[in-house]
Amino acid sequence: MAGNSFRQCPTSGLYFHRSAESLMKAHAVMAVVFFLIGGIFGLLVMLTRMPSVHLLSAETFYMALSIHGTDILIFWIIFFEVAVLYFASSTLLRVRPAMPGLGWLGFLLMLVGSCTTTFSFFRGNSSVMFTSYVPMPAEPIFYLGLILFAVGALVGCFLFLATLVVAKREKTYQGSIPLVTFGALTACIIAVVTIVMGAIILIPTFLWSLGLIPNVDPLVYRTIWWGLGHSSQQINVSAQVSIWYAVAAIVFGAKPMSEKVSRTAFLLYILFLQLASAHHLLVDPGLSTSWKVFNTSYAMYLAVLASMVHGLTVPGSIEVAQRKKGFTNGLFEWLRKAPWDNPVFSGMFLAMIIFGFIGGITGVVMGTEQINLIIHNTIFVPGHFHATVAVGTTLTFMAITYFLIPVLFRRELILPQLAKWQPYIFAGGMVLLILFMLGAGTLGVPRRHWDVSFSDAVLKFKFAGTAITMLGMAGVGGILAAIGGGAYCLIAVGSLVFGKRLDENASLFSSFGFPMSAPAYKVSQPDQLAMSPIESHGSGSHAAPGTFALALVFLVTFVVYFFINAKYLSSLWHMS
Amino acid sequence: MTQHNHSGDAGGEEVPFMQRLLDNPFQLLALGVAFPIVIYMVWGLIEAVTIPLAP
Repeated sequence: MAGNSFRQCPTSGLYFHRSAESLMKAHAVMAVVFFLIGGIFGLLVMLTRMPSVHLLSAETFYMALSIHGTDILIFWIIFFEVAVLYFASSTLLRVRPAMPGLGWLGFLLMLVGSCTTTFSFFRGNSSVMFTSYVPMPAEPIFYLGLILFAVGALVGCFLFLATLVVAKREKTYQGSIPLVTFGALTACIIAVVTIVMGAIILIPTFLWSLGLIPNVDPLVYRTIWWGLGHSSQQINVSAQVSIWYAVAAIVFGAKPMSEKVSRTAFLLYILFLQLASAHHLLVDPGLSTSWKVFNTSYAMYLAVLASMVHGLTVPGSIEVAQRKKGFTNGLFEWLRKAPWDNPVFSGMFLAMIIFGFIGGITGVVMGTEQINLIIHNTIFVPGHFHATVAVGTTLTFMAITYFLIPVLFRRELILPQLAKWQPYIFAGGMVLLILFMLGAGTLGVPRRHWDVSFSDAVLKFKFAGTAITMLGMAGVGGILAAIGGGAYCLIAVGSLVFGKRLDENASLFSSFGFPMSAPAYKVSQPDQLAMSPIESHGSGSHAAPGTFALALVFLVTFVVYFFINAKYLSSLWHMS
Repeated sequence: MTQHNHSGDAGGEEVPFMQRLLDNPFQLLALGVAFPIVIYMVWGLIEAVTIPLAP
């Protein structure tokens, strides 16, 4: 290798390769752009679903819903996740990225694809929403954009795997890859199978939209599409859990309570997490109860078990690290005295709690074939996935952004006081939004519905006043969450443009993917991976009584909520 | 994860099967693709396409 290609961040000690750094920045910046677009349209959707506002016309509402769903659930998260893959491979393993030129081709495909699909929404003839169920047609460029984006993301996944090979061959690390990289590997594997399923169904659907094949069977479409639609959200789960472990190491110097247990939990994700896609098809005729129950109520529980393991070991490792520092009074001094004004920690911890307590528990309820009947296709469903994706994943990505701006982009955060409050504003708004969506859904309010007052319908139906009030309250939460999301965009983009430079070689262009000027890169090849906290192997101790107390609270909540739903079902459907 | 020699043993001890599995990204990739493709997609498709047509 000629010349110096690495720079060492003086704050974190992490090494960044010139090419990988640029790829990370470009992907992360595009992620935030799509978060902004998707977030604005999410606000418009919420303002339409608030009965007292009812902002958009029906046509515009479904266009806005399509943009919000696709730009957030696909483009925002996968752009960010590919950035995470470059970070977890090149930076954490101290290795040059494999074939960076191909990485830029992948980025270009993702960029063209995401812009093409978003453009198709604005043309007004592709308001088919995130699921794009056939036989509802969209314009061919809608499908083409998704296919191009998927191919680009697949390139990013294979370059991640190739970089692991390079690191092993060039012996840049010893032993096993770090746990954070292992979590990213899990996300990568799930991404590969997700994209494969997406290709299997989107390519024929694209050909159908061109008139080259006569039809696509709706049940076949739905079955395979959910292997894309739901599994794409499982990429998030793996990526966000990796980041939780990373934040625990970065902020507290924490080691996992047990590397073996954490890696085994990731293995459960690899094997079983994607099978939960079946819960979307629990009321579909044609698929047997055996298929439905095996894929949800058996296999899915193994993935739920894995999430509960991570939910125990991440805070547990933080507790162990805090207790070592002397925060040993009572069950919760370690938590009370955690750095709650550091958005890297607060964002991550709030994301984890809300993901587990709301997203996790409601996910299991939805995955149970019988109870699913209460809430299937109601606004309960987006309530659930706003807890998992909008808080679990998005807030985690926001939290790590506050770490990456000084470390990766070498810029100081602007508006630091706002940054301290931003995770609380966003999480607070989202919790309001989610709880009232869950409540309204339990009372039967449908999802994706433009007008639940049925004002121009031939057959009238009137929902309970409580349900309508809950929709209004959800809207208040949505507005608050939008303020929190807007604050994140302001801080992130503002810091890249106006933030104080922490390195004299950082320019405006280098904030958006160009390399910093040559003197920034002073290292030709870092030493073999040393044992700094984020990169280290090994396991911490198991003395975490506070975390186990929290886990018991979680389990009691889980049982009580499950019982309430079962009881509710029994009161709705009387069995003789 | 303990430090070990990837040549197959650690100080003369054989690396356990699970350790070797977890340290091999391509075996994990194969498992991660095969499981959902077979259990979710292929099984689901067989059920979907074998629904008899209405007379």
